[in-house]
Amino acid sequence: MPAITFIHPDGKSDRVETSGGESAMQAATRHGLDGILAECGGNAMCATCHVYVDESWLARLPAVADDEDALLDGTAAERLPNSRLSCQINITPELDGLVLRLPDRQV
Amino acid sequence: MSAPGSAASGVPHLDVDPFDVTFFADPYPTHELLREAGPVVYLDKWKVYGVARYAEVHAVLNDPATFCSSRGVGLSDFKKETPWRPPSLILEADPPAHTRTRAVLSKVLSPTVMKQVRERFAAAAEERVDALIDKRSFDAITDLAEAYPLSIFPDALGLKPEGREHLIPYASVVFNAFGPPNQLRQEAIERSMPHQAYVAEQCQRENLAPGGFGACIHAQVDEGAITATEAPLLVRSLLSAGLDTTVNGIGAALYCLARFPDQWQRLRNDLSLARGAFEEAVRFESPVQTFFRTTTREVELSGTRIGEGEKVLMFLAAANRDPRRWDSPDSYDITRRTSGHVGFGSGIHMCVGQLVARLEGEVMLTALARRIAKIEITGEPKRRFNNTLRGLDSLPVTITPA
Ligand code: HEM
Ligand code: FES
Repeated sequence: MPAITFIHPDGKSDRVETSGGESAMQAATRHGLDGILAECGGNAMCATCHVYVDESWLARLPAVADDEDALLDGTAAERLPNSRLSCQINITPELDGLVLRLPDRQV
Repeated sequence: MSAPGSAASGVPHLDVDPFDVTFFADPYPTHELLREAGPVVYLDKWKVYGVARYAEVHAVLNDPATFCSSRGVGLSDFKKETPWRPPSLILEADPPAHTRTRAVLSKVLSPTVMKQVRERFAAAAEERVDALIDKRSFDAITDLAEAYPLSIFPDALGLKPEGREHLIPYASVVFNAFGPPNQLRQEAIERSMPHQAYVAEQCQRENLAPGGFGACIHAQVDEGAITATEAPLLVRSLLSAGLDTTVNGIGAALYCLARFPDQWQRLRNDLSLARGAFEEAVRFESPVQTFFRTTTREVELSGTRIGEGEKVLMFLAAANRDPRRWDSPDSYDITRRTSGHVGFGSGIHMCVGQLVARLEGEVMLTALARRIAKIEITGEPKRRFNNTLRGLDSLPVTITPA
């Protein structure tokens, strides 16, 4: 199963094994990772699963949908060009090794 | 052959009435009975299927094509009975109609909009605490759980000052009406005319102040997103679902924090837990206890065959305490990872006002915990009975300022 890495604002990192068909948010919450709140449980409504995608991976992710784009304007931490909602990133085998950086706050 | 209304063989039949006042007084033993009887049960009293385990509640919520909302999310089947009011264009709608109206309300209540109202909501919470500290002893429901949302939400919507006393009674009718034709529902509807008249009037464009949520909905008409006849009905959704729910949500949080002083201390030691404390109260008390769906086809759910046109009752509150999903489900823990609870529903109909509710809860609990050392319950809490909402009518408390 693909594994992904979350890097905390303090530089510590957590490698998380995903299970089939999961989103990055689900993998993170299943492992009890701090830094992903996911208040809406992955329904693309809360913007509290915000991540910054490592630049080298950006082009390999599917494009941002309109509703995700609108939500990203409301993230607690600054929106950057590599901002995504982790509940909208489904982990496929091609994303094995994905690196996501966590913002300093989600609300 | 199974005719609509008759149950398939094998499914456990239960003789419980989850809309009876004796049930409301203490629903937990019955919730356990419902969960343990099987993944799907049949309630003979109202001739409906029921799901009370997390997995099945979540599955039903996330399969709107099979378990639809357009035939009503209460017991009444809109295909067979005339609804008591024109159906909601969002709650009681299916895709693709739902997708369009939902997009409008999502935009009006988005995280970006919450950033704009946050300061105002927080300032009002501080003012409320000032007033309560002067009083020392008060009713945590009327003086706080009701007074606070009433001091901000009608203004945020852009409502006129006159007639606001209809708001909570109107919502109470709406949530009673999802229930079966019992006394609570019948009496509520019989007395609803003045409240309905008030609400219909306030939903009109000219009665909504510029800049408010209501005016923002009407502005979507100019964008071509909805029609001029749809806009008032979408405003009505906020009047129906936006106030009494948060009254019961904030009431639930206060009742929890007053009953569990260790959690209150934890919150006082770390104010960043306020949002989590509110969210956990929504899981623990589930202010919205139940909703129904109607099957659009024959379907098998966890081994039970359910025919077309059957009502399925989802026990959100029981799912939120299902030990299959939650560790120590019956303890209120403000540091719990609550993500995935179904207190706001799940899937395409998941509460579109959840950000408003969380913002109110967070700023209110933050203001209280910063300035109040202790909350003591000083009298018998009284319950308010409603077919869908769970909450108190009165919670006498005395506070000690920090
Ligand atoms: C603690 C407070 C609240 C709770 C527990 C709550 C609960 C819920 C639940 C369980 C649903 C799902 C209904 C379904 O699946 O059929 C829902 C939907 C909805 N809620 Fe809330 N709610 C709250 C606050 C609010 C607020 C503040 C608003 C408005 C500002 C609101 C507006 C709505 C609307 C319009 C829907 C229908 C959404 C749709 O069908 O797509 N709610 N709510
Ligand atoms: S979990 Fe809420 S938007 Fe991703």
